[in-house]
Amino acid sequence: MTALFDGQDLPFEAGDTLAAALLRAGIHQVGTSVNLGRPRGIEAGYVDVIDGETMCSPLELDLVDGMQLRSLPGRGRLPEEPDETRYDARHVHVDVLVVGAGAAGREAAEAASGRVLVVDEGPAGDAIDGAQYLPRTVAFGLYDDGFVLALQDRRRVWRIRAKQIVLATGARERSMVFCDNDRPGIMRSQTALGLLRRHHVLAGQDVVLYTGTDDGYAAAYKFEVAGARVRRILDTRRGEHVVATAGLDRITAVATSDGEEIPCDLLLVSGGWDPAVELWSHAGGKLAWDGNAFAPTGELPGITVVGAATGSPASAPVFRAPGDPARQVVDLTRDVTVADLQRAVGAGLRSMEHVKRYTTIGTGPDQGRGANVLAAGITAELLGVDIAELGTTSFRPPYTLVPFAALAGRNRGELFDPARRTAVHDRHVARGAVFEDVGQWKRPRFYPVGEESMDEAVLRECAAVRTSVGIIDGSTLGKIDVQGPDAAEFLDLVYTNMISTLPVGKAKYGVMCGVDGMVLDDGTVLRLGEQHFLMYTTTGGAAHVLDWLEEWLQTEWPHLRVYLTSVTEQWSTFPLVGPRSRDVLAAVAPELDVSVEGFPFMAWRDTQIVGRDVRVARISFSGELAYEVNVCSWHAQEVWDALLAAGEPHGITPYGTETMHVLRAEKGYPIIGQDTDGTVSPHDLGLGWAVSAKKPDFLGKRSFARVAHQDPQRKQLVGLLPVDGATVLPEGAQVVERLTAPPVPMLGHVTSSYRSAALGRPFALALVKGGRERIGATLQVPVGGELVPVEVTSSVLVDPEGVRRDG
Amino acid sequence: MQIIDCPWCGPREETEFHYGGEAGVAYPADPAALSDAEWARYLFFRANPKGAHTERWSHSAGCRRWFTATRDTVTYGFAR
Repeated sequence: MTALFDGQDLPFEAGDTLAAALLRAGIHQVGTSVNLGRPRGIEAGYVDVIDGETMCSPLELDLVDGMQLRSLPGRGRLPEEPDETRYDARHVHVDVLVVGAGAAGREAAEAASGRVLVVDEGPAGDAIDGAQYLPRTVAFGLYDDGFVLALQDRRRVWRIRAKQIVLATGARERSMVFCDNDRPGIMRSQTALGLLRRHHVLAGQDVVLYTGTDDGYAAAYKFEVAGARVRRILDTRRGEHVVATAGLDRITAVATSDGEEIPCDLLLVSGGWDPAVELWSHAGGKLAWDGNAFAPTGELPGITVVGAATGSPASAPVFRAPGDPARQVVDLTRDVTVADLQRAVGAGLRSMEHVKRYTTIGTGPDQGRGANVLAAGITAELLGVDIAELGTTSFRPPYTLVPFAALAGRNRGELFDPARRTAVHDRHVARGAVFEDVGQWKRPRFYPVGEESMDEAVLRECAAVRTSVGIIDGSTLGKIDVQGPDAAEFLDLVYTNMISTLPVGKAKYGVMCGVDGMVLDDGTVLRLGEQHFLMYTTTGGAAHVLDWLEEWLQTEWPHLRVYLTSVTEQWSTFPLVGPRSRDVLAAVAPELDVSVEGFPFMAWRDTQIVGRDVRVARISFSGELAYEVNVCSWHAQEVWDALLAAGEPHGITPYGTETMHVLRAEKGYPIIGQDTDGTVSPHDLGLGWAVSAKKPDFLGKRSFARVAHQDPQRKQLVGLLPVDGATVLPEGAQVVERLTAPPVPMLGHVTSSYRSAALGRPFALALVKGGRERIGATLQVPVGGELVPVEVTSSVLVDPEGVRRDG
Repeated sequence: MQIIDCPWCGPREETEFHYGGEAGVAYPADPAALSDAEWARYLFFRANPKGAHTERWSHSAGCRRWFTATRDTVTYGFAR
């Protein structure tokens, strides 16, 4: 079997990791370092899988025939194409979770009762009696209440809730820092020993051992037995050190503190043992120096540490050999040297958390597993303090590199954020609508005819509505059914207007404010019965408004007998808008009296269209004569088709959200969330008429009495007409009186801006300080380095007398 | 990711809940009788203790009911 590594064929054997295959081929260099571009070996080098995962450690990557790999310069790449690998998640609840399937983990698992799960990052070992055992599964995060995330085969995330957790994570060998210690061919003795045991690969033939532990000797002995020659053993306990190394893509020689130069092709390092305490630390567990290493201390409810993870065998740790600090690399993944630590200490940093942030030590892809303890030991020496006193940084998840795609699992695309489509979505698609996202909804933005641009389509749609008849799919409007004996009293409390006096059969526009008096949402309310209302909210505000109402009902007014039900998707809503809308409605609803007297503005009527029950309300969001046709969504397509067919003789024009925005802006109707930002009151919007003076209290009322609310210099909604009659002001542009030396006093900003077919020129809405007093004045809007003079006008620019609403 | 005890549904994942701020801040009986300063205190001022904190929570992705819980702001843990 063959893989491709940096364009070269790399033969490998079944079960090989990339590291095993590379060393078999005598290749030690894997990429370069992140800042200095120095060669890196198998412990600190990383590779990309072409068309697959990025930043893979050669020690963990299992080869597949034909796999293509590219070594990396210390950092990964963001793939341009979506990762097509299928990732998944699994949720389990267990009595006992054991992390680590070494001797201690197996013993703990076999002694445990109930449902027992064992996860281990290594390859499969023997089955464990009475436990589910997941090899090749790395626990990478431990969170509150026994919640553990583990990644199996780099493909499946296990979300585990465990009543008890046993950490049998073992210990890992620590390296030592010496001059030129970052060359390929230098590795911890246990890394080389693991490759020998598992893959029968000899990482080198001429071996030098640099050790402070007896375990180093054991590794060297195994290498001798396997056929390598150990050229020299340097023991820190005898005062022997490596003081320099040579070699480019692989070590060729070691210089010793006693002046010898020893040719070699492998340098094994053994500096001691560090318990794998990351998961313990994730959970908030404390670490203490036990004389040899940082070990778990104290207690955490539900978590036990066993085996080598509890602490280290006695040793006399040496962190750093004598030599030039600038050539001694502490963190090979970040190119941080002892000289960098000296700079950090010289800059006055006294805590490892600060040193970490100053030097970036321990922030590489191995998250400090190679460097943290060395960094603490060397920093303590530099500061002249005890390492026990200095301490180490705490660890946070994830323990290892986890692909974002694995965390996402199947929650991608539509499964991540489902698109909501109205009942007549297919009709819009058939007409070639261009859609926009409004919250989760897909709404037609405009319906281009032929090669029309958006601007051209919108001007055509606007003109059609103002001169004949248009129709829009308003089904995304939030709808809340409000029922109960106290429904009217409740609505009086949450709207600024008086709702309780609304007769059955009528509708009313209402404004909702927060307790701070700022506008939260708006819409119409239909009174369907004495104890029954239908509330419309904005499309984007529907869920929030329902939550808001529920919160008040439950927490402040539990005595009110009111029941709220979301009916947004149950009702489809089709506003039929324009001077010819009456004719269209009369044609499809022959039983309905559509006369001005028989069906006045802000009334609603039940009738039938093509045999389907509909509720029609005379509500207008454009200032034109308009009828909102509401129908059960099951029958929405039939009714939509009937309305369009009946409108055919009048050239009925379906229009999208863009035209709706222009039409409402021409009338000065604000869109909550576009023309407001949570700091705008009804009075600022010119909606003071919608604020009841009679009601003793409602949400927001007290705030209207605040001194600041009376300030005539509050920002108010006004219209702006660019004097040149041609410039479309960018939304968000600042409004100023004139340019001064900076800082230029800002008067406000443009909130909505469009071309208008009715006005024959562009216009805008803006929030401007003391805006209503400035009507008639000329202000300036800076656009791309130029000042555009604008005339301040009333926010109502089309049909200020309101004569068009009756047709 | 804690487990939170909903008084109606029992123990559920934290992601099902929404935090609702300090508990026990009642809507004033007669807002009109309050000074601006008193009203501002109701609107904007909340306790921020180190340690036990009584809070409102809503089981928003479950039964949608509000309830009061005590939580330690140092450990984040809920009192059981």
